[in-house]
Amino acid sequence: MSTQQVTLSQPTAEQPFTLNFGPQHPSAHGVLRLVLEMDGETITRADPHIGLLHRGTEKLIENKTYIQALPYFDRLDYVSMMCQEHVWCLAIEKLLGIGMPKRAQYIRVLFSEVTRIANHLLWVGCHALDIGAMAVMLYAFKEREYTFDFYEEVSGARMHANYFRPGGVNRDVPPELLSKIRRWNLNFRDKILPMLEGLLDENRIWKQRTVGIGVVSPDDAQQWAFSGPMLRGSGIGWDLRKSQPYECYSELEFDVPVGKNGDSYDRYLCRMEEMRQSCHLIEQCLNQLETTLKGQPCKIQNFKISPPTRNEMKDSMEALIHHFKYFTEGFHLPEGEAYASIESPKGEMSVYLVSSGGPKAWRAYIRSPGYAHLQGLDFMAKGHLLADVTTLIGTQDIVFGDIDR
Amino acid sequence: MTTTPHQDTQVNLEALTKLQTTLEKRFAGKLTTQLSHRELTVTTAAPLGPDLLLFLKTEVTCEFSQLMSICGVDYLGYPTAQPTRFAVVYHLLSLSLNQRIRVKLLVREGETVPTATKLFASAGWYERETYDMFGIVFSGHPDLRRLLTDYDFVGFPLRKDFPLEGHVEVYYDAEQKRVAYKPVDLPQEFRHFDRISEWEGMTGNAPLAEEDKPFNAEEFK
Repeated sequence: MSTQQVTLSQPTAEQPFTLNFGPQHPSAHGVLRLVLEMDGETITRADPHIGLLHRGTEKLIENKTYIQALPYFDRLDYVSMMCQEHVWCLAIEKLLGIGMPKRAQYIRVLFSEVTRIANHLLWVGCHALDIGAMAVMLYAFKEREYTFDFYEEVSGARMHANYFRPGGVNRDVPPELLSKIRRWNLNFRDKILPMLEGLLDENRIWKQRTVGIGVVSPDDAQQWAFSGPMLRGSGIGWDLRKSQPYECYSELEFDVPVGKNGDSYDRYLCRMEEMRQSCHLIEQCLNQLETTLKGQPCKIQNFKISPPTRNEMKDSMEALIHHFKYFTEGFHLPEGEAYASIESPKGEMSVYLVSSGGPKAWRAYIRSPGYAHLQGLDFMAKGHLLADVTTLIGTQDIVFGDIDR
Repeated sequence: MTTTPHQDTQVNLEALTKLQTTLEKRFAGKLTTQLSHRELTVTTAAPLGPDLLLFLKTEVTCEFSQLMSICGVDYLGYPTAQPTRFAVVYHLLSLSLNQRIRVKLLVREGETVPTATKLFASAGWYERETYDMFGIVFSGHPDLRRLLTDYDFVGFPLRKDFPLEGHVEVYYDAEQKRVAYKPVDLPQEFRHFDRISEWEGMTGNAPLAEEDKPFNAEEFK
C-alpha cells in the first residue's frame, strides 16, 4: 500500500496521520477509543482513551456498607464475576482477621475455576472472531451458557451473582448441582476443549495472525506491571494461586502453564491449558465437597459477620436482631488497611481497603489487571500493522468494566 | 465449627521483618515502618519517594521489580488525626523474593509528588489516574492528562469534599442537537443514611468468638 501511486493535489512524501479507532468498534471489546498515529499502515503510537464506562465504583463503595458494596464487584469485570467478589471478601476478611470453614473455601475455589473457564471461553471466542474465525465463538458461547446455568442455580442470577460473602458464601450448593458440574466438566475437558484447540492450534490463518504479534519480553512485562497470562506468556512462572496461595489452593494439585516467546500465540496456548487445569481443579473440589466436606457449614457461624438462617430467625430473638443489624447497619471493620489480591482469570486483581473503623470503607482502591495491560498497548502496538491492533486487544483480554471502574 | 486461615498463610514474616530493619537503617529517621496484617507499610514524606522506590527496585535484598498500583487516599474528615490530607500509596511486588511492600507518601494539599515513571513504566497511568481523581500533581510526569473522567471534566471526584451525586449531569439538548451539561437536578433529595447506631453489639470491633480467630491475635497484627 505504501508504495502505491496516489494522485493527490500535493504529491508529497507520505505524511504520518492520526486514526481514531472506536469507541464503537466491534472488536474494541467495549468502549475503547484508541488514537493511533500511523505511518502508512504501521502504528507509531497508540494512545488509548479510556473512561467511557467509568461509573465511579470506588466513590460509590465509600458510601455503602461492606455488603452493599459487594454487587459492584460483579459489575467490574463482567465476564468473571465471582472472582471479583472474591477479592473484596478477602480484603474484608483480612481486616477482620478471620479464617474460613473448609467447605466455604472449596466452594469458592470451585466457582472461581468455573468463572475462569467462563472468562477464557468468552476470551477465546471473541479473540478468534476478531481475527476471522467465526466457528470458535459459537462453540465457546454455548459452553459459557452452561456456566451461567451453574451461577443461576447457586445464586439465582445468571451473571451478577453476589454469591461470595465476607465469611463464606451466601448459601450452600444444591446437592444435584455438584453432579451437574461434574458431568459438564468431564464433557468440557474431554470433548469441547480438544475441539476448540483442534479448531485453532494448527490453524494456518490463526497462526499467521498471532505468532510473533505483540511480543512482550519478560523485562517489559515486569516494567508494565503485567500479570496473569500476560506475564506467564512471556515465560515468567508466576501465579498467585501457587506463589501466594489463598483459600485451599495449596491443598490442590494443578500446573501453571508458561509460555516461551511472549507472543499472542503463546498466550493463547497458556490460556487454553489454564482451562484444562481449571477442569482438574474443579474435579478435585467436587470430590472434596461430595465426600469429606459434606454437611459442613458454608459460612462463618459468627452472626456479626454473616447473617443467621431464616429458620433461626423464626424462633430466636437474638438471630432476628443480628439479621436486622447485619442488613441495615452492617458490620464494622477495625481501623486499618489491607491489600488483598487474587489470581483472577485476567491477572492480578487486588483491592486496597482503608477502614476508619466504621461500617463503610474509607477508601477502596481496585487494582484491575486489564488496566495495566491496556497501558502497555502502546509499546506492544509499535511497529505493528493496523489489523494487528485487534489481535493485541484480543490477546490482552480487555474488558472495560474493570478498566474504567 | 472450625475455621482455617485462608490467606497470607505463606507470607515470610521473618524476611519482612528483616526488610523492615534494613529500610529503617538505610533511611534512618526519614521514614516509619509498620508491620500489620502480615503487610509491611513504609511511610515517608513525598520528596523521598523516588529515592526509596529506587532503593526498593534495585537493592538485591529487595528486588521489587513490579509496581502494581498507585492510588491516592483523602483523609479529610478521617476520625483520627492524620499528618497530611492526602497520601499516595504505592504497592510493589517482588517476583523473585515473593514479597509485597506498601509505600505511603504523605502529601499536603497542593504539594507535588515526584513522578515514578522514570523507574517504572507502569506508573504512567496510575499517576494520571491519581491526578484525575485527587488533583495530586506529579512533577516530571511526561503526560499528566486526565484519564478516567470526561474530557473537560471539572473537579476531583474521589476527594471527600466532592459530592457523591457530582455537580453536573449530561443530557441530550434537542435544540442544539448535541449532548450538553446542566447542574445536577435530583427529583428526590439524595438520602444519606447514617446507619451507625449506639447499639454496642455493632460498634467498635465486632467481637469475634474464640473459634473464629484462627490466628493468634498478636501474631496477626
